[in-house]
Amino acid sequence: MRVSRRARLSLRLVALAYLALMLVVPLAVVFGRAFEHGLGSFWTSVTTPAAISAFWLTVTIAAIAVPLNTVFGVGCALALVRGKGRGRRLLDTLLDLPFVISPVIVGLALVLVYGQSGWFGDWLTRHGLPLIYQPAGMVIATLFVSLPFVVREVAPVLIEVGDEQEQAAATLGASSMQTFWRVTLPSIRWAVAYGVVLTTARALGEFGAVSVVSSNVAGSTQTLTLLVDQRSQELGAQGLYGANTAATVLAVMSLAVLVLMTVIGPSRGDGP
Amino acid sequence: MRIEATGVSKRFRDFIALDDVTLEVPEGSLTALLGPSGSGKSTLLRIIAGLERPDTGAVSLDGVDVTHSRPQDRGIGFVFQHYAAFAHMTVRDNVAFGLKIRKRPRAEVQSRVDELLELVGLTKWGSQRPHQLSGGQRQRMALARALAVQPSVLVLDEPFGALDANVRAELRTWLRRLHDEQGVTTVLVTHDQEEAMEVADRIAVMQAGRIEQVGSPREVYDNPANAFVMGFLGPVARLGGELVRPHDVTVSLVPTDDATEAMVSRVVHLGFEVRVELSLADGSEARAQLTRAQIEELEVVRGDIVYVRAPSQVAVASTPLT
Repeated sequence: MRVSRRARLSLRLVALAYLALMLVVPLAVVFGRAFEHGLGSFWTSVTTPAAISAFWLTVTIAAIAVPLNTVFGVGCALALVRGKGRGRRLLDTLLDLPFVISPVIVGLALVLVYGQSGWFGDWLTRHGLPLIYQPAGMVIATLFVSLPFVVREVAPVLIEVGDEQEQAAATLGASSMQTFWRVTLPSIRWAVAYGVVLTTARALGEFGAVSVVSSNVAGSTQTLTLLVDQRSQELGAQGLYGANTAATVLAVMSLAVLVLMTVIGPSRGDGP
Repeated sequence: MRIEATGVSKRFRDFIALDDVTLEVPEGSLTALLGPSGSGKSTLLRIIAGLERPDTGAVSLDGVDVTHSRPQDRGIGFVFQHYAAFAHMTVRDNVAFGLKIRKRPRAEVQSRVDELLELVGLTKWGSQRPHQLSGGQRQRMALARALAVQPSVLVLDEPFGALDANVRAELRTWLRRLHDEQGVTTVLVTHDQEEAMEVADRIAVMQAGRIEQVGSPREVYDNPANAFVMGFLGPVARLGGELVRPHDVTVSLVPTDDATEAMVSRVVHLGFEVRVELSLADGSEARAQLTRAQIEELEVVRGDIVYVRAPSQVAVASTPLT
């Protein structure tokens, strides 16, 4: 389609204006407000015990959820693409559940199953392993919502690469493990990396599911997203300022992930 | 190493890939599995290498049953049609792969890889990635990789199928020479009868999951077991209810007892050879392949009446060509 120079420019302008209004301006306002009382004041606000605890809890949850979902995701992708057994269609469908179910429902379901009055709640409490309203429950909620990203990145690449290289490795004497580490993993490494970045972004930013299963106690079960939410509900300028500074920390973390994504993104398709 | 496949059957859902196939590949031979696509030749090769399991039947190497052993334990080098090069490794690392898996000393790996790169003419390309090589070079690399671990059997699945005609011809000659020098028992899958005739010393002709005939290239060409083998190995003409090779048809201007009357419908000059297309009295068509000298002597042109016959010893009873 031929578009005149003028039309092209105005289309671009519309797109940019839209992005500016929806993304850049709100973010800029948050950043601006966070620094409106100067750096020192910003620093004080983000180093309160509650903020530091929220930061570390967020990082810890991501540090647990991301590796677990990476291993699980690569395994699932292999089972889906290379597996021969029945139930692959079912697995394929189940893997999309976290995409289609609202995180709030995920949180509610976890409460119903693992909560005090839930199916396993009694047993868990008696064995001193309460999950709900504890960081452990928040990890499970994050695991659930960030589960499909690695699988969905890796599976198509596995299909594209095919299994001939793996067969060649087998005829050359390599065991399944040797083939995985030396042949399969190197050929999907960019997809895995991209999947990890997406999983991390989701884990850092998750709010809905985590908020349902957290007791939301500052200093122990409050992540950055929960902290932002709580402070923004507080009355007065002080609360809003705290929300802005915490949101800025979270946004900077997410932007770092975004930069990683742009770095990895283009090399995905290139193969090795 | 001698390979025996006994009573091997394999089906994929409703498709019968192999139907009770028995084949022996003698030690040191270069055997071609020749047949059209879907004839089961690749499946048989993959069963021999252990990449596929037969539903029934057995495979043995030098008399040892390997039907249920893994490909890793069979010592069979496999060359794939589309090279199956390890894309993320250099050419050197590709060739060294099997040796590194076997944890051979570094110095030994180095010298063996050098030797093989020299053998396949890729010495200068050692530090390149496979995608920087041409198709022919990639397949030579794949051959070096398979040979590195000194397999007792080398199997090749349509190895030259994805290459240009001239590269293909060059690699065929090269493979035959390599086989003569190294003497590794080799099985080659191909659908190209010329390739099979040129490279192999034994040909197993396959069709619809069965082996139709096994023999030397001359045997299967000169004494085909049936119409399919005859038709697959070269051009055929039908003459008086019999199938003959066009170059075995004799054309003469005078009638003889055993000759059939025919009218010349077209004379096609193909360089050294001349193809004479004929209409027979019964309305059927036939063709004869003559040399230029013969045609100059006969001086036939379109519309002439000639008498054609074929030596009966090469004819095959005319079962319908499938």
